[in-house]
Amino acid sequence: MKTLTHLERLEAESIHIIREVVAEAEKPVMLYSVGKDSAVMLHLARKAFYPSPPPFPLLHVDTTWKFKAMYDLRDKMARESGMDLLVYQNPEAIEQGINPFDHGALHTDMWKTEGLKQALDKYGFDAAFGGARRDEEKSRAKERIFSFRTSSHGWDPKNQRPELWNLYNARKARGESIRVFPISNWTELDIWQYIHLNDIPIVPLYFADKRPTVERDGMLLMVDDDRFPLQPDERPVLRSIRFRTLGCYPLTGAVESEAKTLPEVIQETLLTTTSERQGRAIDKDAGGAGMEVKKQQGYF
Amino acid sequence: MADIDTREAVYVTDTLIAEDIDAYLVQHEHKTMLRFITCGSVDDGKSTLIGRLLYDSKMIFEDQLDALTADSKKVGTQGQEIDFALLVDGLAAEREQGITIDVAYRFFNTEKRKFIVADCPGHEQYTRNMVTGASTADLAVILIDARKGVLVQTRRHSYLCHLIGIKNIVLAVNKMDLVDYDQAVFDGIVKDYAEFAKSIGIESFTAMPISGFKGDNITSLSTNTPWYAGPTLVEHLETVEVLSSVDADKPFRLPVQWVNRPNLDFRGFSGLISTGSVKPGDKIRVLPSGKTSSITRIVTFDGDLEEAVAGQSVTVCFEDEIDCSRGSVIAIADNPPQTADQFESTIVWMADEALIPGRAYWLKLGTQMVSATVAEPKYTVNVNTMEHMAAKTLDLNAIGVAEVTADKPIVFEPYAENRALGGFILIDKMTNATVAAGMLNFSLRRSQNVHWQAVDIDRTQHAKLKNQKPAVLWFTGLSGSGKSTIANLVEKKLHRMNRHTFLLDGDNVRHGLNKDLGFTEADRIENIRRVGEVSKLMTDAGLIVITAFISPFQADREMVRGMLQDGEFIEVFIDTPLKVAEARDVKGLYKKARSGELKNFTGIDSPYEAPRNPEVRIDTTVLSPEEAAELIVNTLLGDA
Repeated sequence: MKTLTHLERLEAESIHIIREVVAEAEKPVMLYSVGKDSAVMLHLARKAFYPSPPPFPLLHVDTTWKFKAMYDLRDKMARESGMDLLVYQNPEAIEQGINPFDHGALHTDMWKTEGLKQALDKYGFDAAFGGARRDEEKSRAKERIFSFRTSSHGWDPKNQRPELWNLYNARKARGESIRVFPISNWTELDIWQYIHLNDIPIVPLYFADKRPTVERDGMLLMVDDDRFPLQPDERPVLRSIRFRTLGCYPLTGAVESEAKTLPEVIQETLLTTTSERQGRAIDKDAGGAGMEVKKQQGYF
Repeated sequence: MADIDTREAVYVTDTLIAEDIDAYLVQHEHKTMLRFITCGSVDDGKSTLIGRLLYDSKMIFEDQLDALTADSKKVGTQGQEIDFALLVDGLAAEREQGITIDVAYRFFNTEKRKFIVADCPGHEQYTRNMVTGASTADLAVILIDARKGVLVQTRRHSYLCHLIGIKNIVLAVNKMDLVDYDQAVFDGIVKDYAEFAKSIGIESFTAMPISGFKGDNITSLSTNTPWYAGPTLVEHLETVEVLSSVDADKPFRLPVQWVNRPNLDFRGFSGLISTGSVKPGDKIRVLPSGKTSSITRIVTFDGDLEEAVAGQSVTVCFEDEIDCSRGSVIAIADNPPQTADQFESTIVWMADEALIPGRAYWLKLGTQMVSATVAEPKYTVNVNTMEHMAAKTLDLNAIGVAEVTADKPIVFEPYAENRALGGFILIDKMTNATVAAGMLNFSLRRSQNVHWQAVDIDRTQHAKLKNQKPAVLWFTGLSGSGKSTIANLVEKKLHRMNRHTFLLDGDNVRHGLNKDLGFTEADRIENIRRVGEVSKLMTDAGLIVITAFISPFQADREMVRGMLQDGEFIEVFIDTPLKVAEARDVKGLYKKARSGELKNFTGIDSPYEAPRNPEVRIDTTVLSPEEAAELIVNTLLGDA
């Protein structure tokens, strides 16, 4: 008898999780950040319900500071999948002109953490799919696949439900919601390999190309539009770069690379010795427990 | 790198990745997956072993290692050396205590397999976490400190793994470096363990001498143990048979998650195949209806399949339009699973609040969700000594055997044959918490042997003749709140309007039908259950039933609501504050309860759970009994 490969088992598990949520939740939504993990999650959702389109919308909690190429792919994938795309921008952040250059941590807090809470409340979603993986960061390793949030979106690590076999308890009181992580058990390598095997469209920024960059605080930043305030001594330099992870362009560090194809990207990923999230500033806050504190505050 | 010995720390894959990435990707694509758990107490070196496995397969990156080195100096327990335990321990509070208190999942690869490790704690109070981690595992690694031998914890971990049905057990005798790699020590421990394993029914296990700290016999055979012929831990993990390939040889079962109906021309049934395999043309039977058809297509996004096997998520289509929905099980036609509503089960209790025998919980098994009750346990098992003990309930982390009764038949197989159709969780109806995990051992009576007597005059005809819609007006409220008074008025009004009614009063029922019951929590639940069943029969007879019972627990009122047809249960909350009821004290009961003469009295030393969303709420401090009765009758007839 045929033994399933690890990717076949992971795929089947993720599809099972996505279908359980649709069967048991009242109003699910898929958080779509346009990154490679989102790309895989969306692809799995399309597989789960084929030939129907996934019976829930995509939600992009926008910061207005994403790379241009991300907005392009986002709109293309929404059209192709036949799903509704909801874009939410925190009106207070717009009003106050919150941006990554002047406001530091407040930028993430207002646009992403607050924006997400506001969007979920506005539409009344009771279940939200997210593309987090357990191998990303060590507090994530203990996160359940179904993660419960109070009506104020708080996360209590001591009071999560045990998950046995493939049985998920999706029952909740009015006002409470669930975050569901269908690709919890995938590693970065699995994600890349799955994208490769299934030919899943991803943002071209993951591949190396000559792009205008400046070096600042040890990070290589791409000058993606003219909102980027250059210091008097700074001049954008064309470098062959790519991104391991995508977020707001002024906060996302690039790596110098010549990897132009997926196998080359995977090769480079496997041979490097720095972990994926290092390109983001968020884990370094609050000592070793940065992400945990963020989650208790409602960060995804 | 401090004292960590890195001699064996490389897999040959690095060269392959660098020189021929395409060949590496083909190799990685074809890897299988093994899930295992590691069990050991805090000092057995469990986290160190996991850290070692991650380190050896390059799952620790340089920046993580830097952070780790810094952390080790701050809170580490290994002096100046790198403390791998810090790498695998996660949450802030746990780090301060220096113990792992939850299940954490870790990932690593070798050339042959991807591994998911459930890192499980060893403390007794965390039985629930271990059972959780074990439920998805193909294999268990039981760690023993070579200096200490088989401990109480070792027995407990082994028993739990065996209970969950893990067939592959590895006895890893760790810290061999600290006993000078002495074969006699190893042999002695293996002998002790073999005796114990046999006594609890573990048929076989694989023992190996290792050192997680030094790396002996992890990825390659150690020169320190020339007397050990292998296999190494990683070799064994790479070759042992995974659960999904065992499941594929069993009869076909597909629990239906979702019906896929994009348009009138397509109707597919989606789910994860739990056992067996399926091909187009196969004859199938849908449970619980028992209707048969055959498979026409196995539909996936990547095209139709010629065959699908256990572990795959698919969508299948039938030749015939037969009933099939979420909760149904599609099975091979000539060898279907059974349906039953009463079982002997092994239950692991996972909540702080103990089991209440007789109370209704949600039971989720596969994609089926039913209401179920658990009887008083036949016995509980002491996980340290394996002794059976008498018990009235199940507390947090208790393991017991008890009878489970569902409110309707479920499609099942004994857990030992099929985890997906034999494993279940219990959910508290009030808090929605997952309170227990259970395994169905066997059915106590096959539902197919208990037939409903078909009658020619059914409930619709009874109701028609009486020219009314049957209903239950369920009064609930404190003793002395005015339930009986108002209920009596309501019946008089309805009677004058030519309605056929019957009033079931708490005190009267306890003189006859329920005179064998006392006032403990379990007896009160049984009292309400019986009244619910009697009310149900009376609504079948077409009557409007009025009940007046304190019925203090929300879950029990919900149980009765679940017994009746939709809309027939009308909850009437007689809302009288305790102070007012106690001041009235018509029967002198509050006085007795206050003096301690009367135990378990609602409102005094037993709680009253007010209805959250009653159909009618009567505030007796505002409405007179006559006005209240008027309101209730209007609600009833307005609905009718």
